[in-house]
Amino acid sequence: MIVNDNKIPDMPPPASTVGAVGWLRKNLFSSWANSILTVVVGYIVISNLIPLIDWVFLTSDWLGDSREDCTSGGACWVFITVRLEQFIYGFYPESEYWRINTIFVMLAGLIAALIFEGTPKKGWLGAFTLLIFPIIAFYLLYGGAFDLEVVETHKWGGLSLTLVLACVGIVASLPFGVLLALGRRSNMPIVRSLSTAFIEIWRGVPLISVLFMASVMLPLFVSGETSMDKLLRALIGITMFQSAYMAEVIRGGLQAIPKGQYEAAMALGLNYWKSMGLIILPQALKLMIPGIVNTFIALFKDTSLVLIIGLFDLLAIVQAALSDPKWLGYSVEGYVFVAFVFWIFCFSMSRYSQALERKLHTGHGAR
Amino acid sequence: MSTQNNNVSSEIMIQLKGVNKWYGEFHVLKDIDLSVSKGERIVVCGPSGSGKSTMIRCLNRLEEHQQGQILVGKTELTNDIKNIETIRREVGMVFQHFNLFPHLTVLENCCLAPIWVRKVPRKDAEATAMKYLERVKIPDQAYKYPGQLSGGQQQRVAIARSLCMNPEVMLFDEPTSALDPEMIKEVLDVMIELAHEGMTMICVTHEMGFAKTVANRVIFMDGGQIIEENNPHEFFDNPQSERTQLFLSQILAH
Ligand SMILES: Nc1ncnc2c1ncn2[C@@H]1O[C@H](COP(=O)(O)OP(=O)(O)OP(=O)(O)O)[C@@H](O)[C@H]1O
Ligand SMILES: [Mg+2]
Repeated sequence: MIVNDNKIPDMPPPASTVGAVGWLRKNLFSSWANSILTVVVGYIVISNLIPLIDWVFLTSDWLGDSREDCTSGGACWVFITVRLEQFIYGFYPESEYWRINTIFVMLAGLIAALIFEGTPKKGWLGAFTLLIFPIIAFYLLYGGAFDLEVVETHKWGGLSLTLVLACVGIVASLPFGVLLALGRRSNMPIVRSLSTAFIEIWRGVPLISVLFMASVMLPLFVSGETSMDKLLRALIGITMFQSAYMAEVIRGGLQAIPKGQYEAAMALGLNYWKSMGLIILPQALKLMIPGIVNTFIALFKDTSLVLIIGLFDLLAIVQAALSDPKWLGYSVEGYVFVAFVFWIFCFSMSRYSQALERKLHTGHGAR
Repeated sequence: MSTQNNNVSSEIMIQLKGVNKWYGEFHVLKDIDLSVSKGERIVVCGPSGSGKSTMIRCLNRLEEHQQGQILVGKTELTNDIKNIETIRREVGMVFQHFNLFPHLTVLENCCLAPIWVRKVPRKDAEATAMKYLERVKIPDQAYKYPGQLSGGQQQRVAIARSLCMNPEVMLFDEPTSALDPEMIKEVLDVMIELAHEGMTMICVTHEMGFAKTVANRVIFMDGGQIIEENNPHEFFDNPQSERTQLFLSQILAH
């Protein structure tokens, strides 16, 4: 028989396995090779980071109104701050900026409300965002109703144009993509071959050529006077192109749903659209979030290609500003700014998709 | 032929006349004739690949037959989507792998079809669902997701889900063969209770105990044909065909 009466008090774990030192030892200096790698990589990172920080922040100039104010030798952000309005609003008349601001604020508010956990009636809010809000936004941007002055689309530009292209592309390509994916899996041969042909044709050509065709070729075919707005043509081109990609992502998700789910839905008497809408798509979309967001991010960046058909999105308008003789030589600042803005938007989408995935995962239980 | 004819009426519920089906060149169902009266409990057995699943899946058009006639109630199964939908509303089906909807709670699984197909108000649908969940003895799991339940519980939910549509006929395709032995009984108990309440049932199963207690008729299939059809007593004690004898000796051996 063994009896052990002396109680061992709780001891802290040995210092070498916890805390900062423990972490460093375990992850960065666990072996000779690892230590050398850590030192080399650390040297490369730090030796590049210091000049970068120096250029971006320490020796940079932020305030002023001409290149003469850039005296510190680092980045000349004056170029950006002076033209920031143009970069955001394009050639939109200054007196009407409030219209774009209103849309920005509304959109930001709606997205925040949709992300926030406790919002009641999220379904209705989502439907409003997708169906009603675009109409409001259109009339605000374009005008022509409620006594608002019409602002022709060739005056749109900068970040606001980029966001218009991206939002319309995202909102329109998802439903089209769903329909195309369902069409490609349909039992009806005509629907199936049409969907397949559509997807393969659009997926097989570069977006640049789609945009070119939309802006140069389409007017040749569409008869004479009824000239379609250039922005509208670009939007249609982008939407068609991205729906084809979206369709393939969605088809991948649909294929992952077991056959038994379709059968159970049918056996309960649900018709095709109800089984898709209530059973199959909700499950498939959850699986497809990473792929869908990946497509959205690609779409967002691809919007910058519209510059080749003469639309001034954020990148194009910054490029145009770079060729201003008063600001020659500040292209690095311009491109860094554009890259940073694009990155902010794409990175937010990526974070949101990760949060969404986590939420749906815990919410739906295992299986 | 049948001995256990309690509450079997003469009203015909399901009728198959000369049904044939092919998968490509492969002849799966050969001249199937069968008629099932209201309140009857039929057990279908036979070796793997004999066409049992195919036959009962033809009854609600999960599979399409190419020749012959299938009548459910008074409706004939044709390509007319109206007829198919009418029949699917009246015929419940329970699958080997449960096929619950994993993104919905147990209660939502049960309410979905009544709400969307029968247009029952949500409150009534939920009340009915709770009633059937109580019948299958898992009302306390109503707000869980299927992934959080055991196999036996999932299958009982699947039965409740079908019952919520208030079907005239229930089809079971090997409802217990994906279950661990200790869970088989809980599912069979529910099915036995259902049989005693007079539900018309067609059940593909190898649970011979179940066949002996509740079936009016046992059907033995092999190679796409109905080889033998008899009341359970005669079927087990005095099988007529050689293939039936061989099959019974194999499944009763262990
Ligand atoms: N979709 C299909 N395409 C081609 N052949 C099929 C298909 N489904 C089933 N079969 C074949 O039809 C035959 C009958 O299948 P069925 O599933 O009806 O058999 P079963 O009697 O239910 O067998 P088990 O006891 O294994 O479930 C089998 O030989 C099977 O390989
Ligand atoms: Mg089978």
